[in-house]
Amino acid sequence: MSEATLPISPVNLGMESKPRSPLQNAWREFRRNQIAVFGGIFIIFVVLVAFIAPLITPYDFRTQNTAVSRSKPMTGYIVSETQAEQCHWNNTPLEWGCTIYLAGSDSLGRDLFSRVVYGTRVSISVAVIASVVSVVIGVIIGTISGYFGGWIDDVFMRIVDFLYAIPVLPIIILMQVYFQALARRNVAAGLGGYLLELNQNMGGLLFLFIAIGVLNWIGMARLARGQVLTYKNKEFVEAAESVGASHQRIIFKHLLPNIFGPLLVAETLAIPGYIFLEAILSFIGLGVNPPIPSWGSMINEGYQGVRSNAHLVLVPGIALTLLTLAFNFMGDGLRDAFDPRMRGRK
Amino acid sequence: MIKFVLRRILVAIPVMFAIALATFLMVQALPGGPFDVVGFRAMPEPIREILEERYGLNEPLYVQFFSYLGNLLQGNLGPMLRDQSQNVNDIVGQTFPVSIQLGILSLILGLVIGVPAGIIAALRHNSAIDATATFVAVLGVSVPNLVLGPVLILIFGVYLDWFPVAFWGADPPFTLYFLPPLTIDFWTHAALPVFALGTGISAGISRLTRAGLLEVMSEDYIRTARAKGLRERAVVLIHALKNSMIPVATVMGPLLAGILTGSLVVEQIFAINGMGRKFISSIGSREYFLITSLTLIYSVLLIGGNIMVDVMYAWLDPRIRYD
Repeated sequence: MSEATLPISPVNLGMESKPRSPLQNAWREFRRNQIAVFGGIFIIFVVLVAFIAPLITPYDFRTQNTAVSRSKPMTGYIVSETQAEQCHWNNTPLEWGCTIYLAGSDSLGRDLFSRVVYGTRVSISVAVIASVVSVVIGVIIGTISGYFGGWIDDVFMRIVDFLYAIPVLPIIILMQVYFQALARRNVAAGLGGYLLELNQNMGGLLFLFIAIGVLNWIGMARLARGQVLTYKNKEFVEAAESVGASHQRIIFKHLLPNIFGPLLVAETLAIPGYIFLEAILSFIGLGVNPPIPSWGSMINEGYQGVRSNAHLVLVPGIALTLLTLAFNFMGDGLRDAFDPRMRGRK
Repeated sequence: MIKFVLRRILVAIPVMFAIALATFLMVQALPGGPFDVVGFRAMPEPIREILEERYGLNEPLYVQFFSYLGNLLQGNLGPMLRDQSQNVNDIVGQTFPVSIQLGILSLILGLVIGVPAGIIAALRHNSAIDATATFVAVLGVSVPNLVLGPVLILIFGVYLDWFPVAFWGADPPFTLYFLPPLTIDFWTHAALPVFALGTGISAGISRLTRAGLLEVMSEDYIRTARAKGLRERAVVLIHALKNSMIPVATVMGPLLAGILTGSLVVEQIFAINGMGRKFISSIGSREYFLITSLTLIYSVLLIGGNIMVDVMYAWLDPRIRYD
């Protein structure tokens, strides 16, 4: 390194009086990284937008106005009296009797801005649920197989070998085709019927979660296993064992807190992948059911007409890029914050 | 090493079998069949029965599966059910080389841009160049090819009008099965799709190269090399670079999976007749044998790629031994 390395002392570690936990240290480090904090704030903003979407969108995401399809952004249209009556901002009829599309309208005359805003709901829920599913399954399996070893670990490694050879996207595509065909027939009874109905009410998201979740826990499980293997022979675990701590206590008190950081980092950096996957599936028509807006399906509706109506692709495309950018910035910041070797390298 | 590769291939055989079985059952479980319609009308029942008998679709599933497997072992990927003038081998022959070209060219682009960018960023650590390169790399990783494709079409295809925006510039057969022809038509057509797929790869590679090189440059043997009075260029290129490639090699496996996924999207956007596009379009027509065979080809590529990565690993880091 070019800068002079100071000898390690309490002073340059910033530990004058009381010691901090690794988590507090990481949080301090993270806060200093402006671009990562900005990424985090942006994600919170998008989550907020997803929650209050009905309050901030001028139109419903379904409402078609074929009189003004594919209008350019920020243009107003005076339409007939009857249609002018539908012109609302936040449920208040607008005085000027017009239609203004902030981001233009799509080929069916639906407000692009409202659709992009509602699209945050799909992306955010995929991000949240896919990561919760992959972390829960991954940590349980990874921790058990790393901690107990033996045949459990062998079985786990065989499953990993198998899943690593699976071409994920083609298989997910097949699964989605299967689910959607079932949903169209709507014949199943009992639990299957209940799931089908639930999926229908969720706009096709349930099966998307299942398809994405089933194949993406493997990375988390490998990571958790590796981390547990690293820590389980450390002195503090041996010390805990020697005073008779139970497996449960060692796992929850000593191991999991230590592997929290790497898992958080890996998951944050994996989320863009889940968001892409949903976007790709919706792009090829196997994601959410229309008319629910997903950024991927909006790109699909727009990309063939990109010559004349670039905004149909650019608006959802920019939204998608900004969200993944925010996750990557935050993930990088978290990684630097949790990795003590990165301290002082900035 | 040869023993290691052979063992990996042996282990892969049951995995391939399981994938073939799973895909075959999944495809057959899809409601509807290949002979439901003819044109826009429903296929008459007697004709459908004759067709199903001809392709053995009326047999029990396990019989069908093992006869498919038997054909597979003889290099016969099965018949096409809708478009009966061709068989699956013909389709794979038309689409596979195109997808391979797209994937390999993108990988080359990724390495050619990514590795030098990473080296420069690491050597100019904490400088403006480093900051810019790092920022651009994060941007490159974050722009999905789903978005990059249409944006490239818009900028270079429509506004600047430099490159054609659709189709692949040449059709198989190619020399040596997949070598790209040296025609202007081919390369102008390839430019945008390869860029759309390669940008993310190069961004990822440059980030890893930078991180790896930074890590390695603080090692003792680098200090030793410098103390011997070697020029900085020799220190970096001969001593540091090889070891700094290890983190790059670790992601080659996932990267390969990413290329397969990405090529599916890019082929769709640029209307390229590759495997991915064929895969998607053949699901609707329930081409059982084509779907299963393409999925198998994807997993052969994945497994083969992962074995190659492990071999490269051992070459990069002689401490790794596979015995």
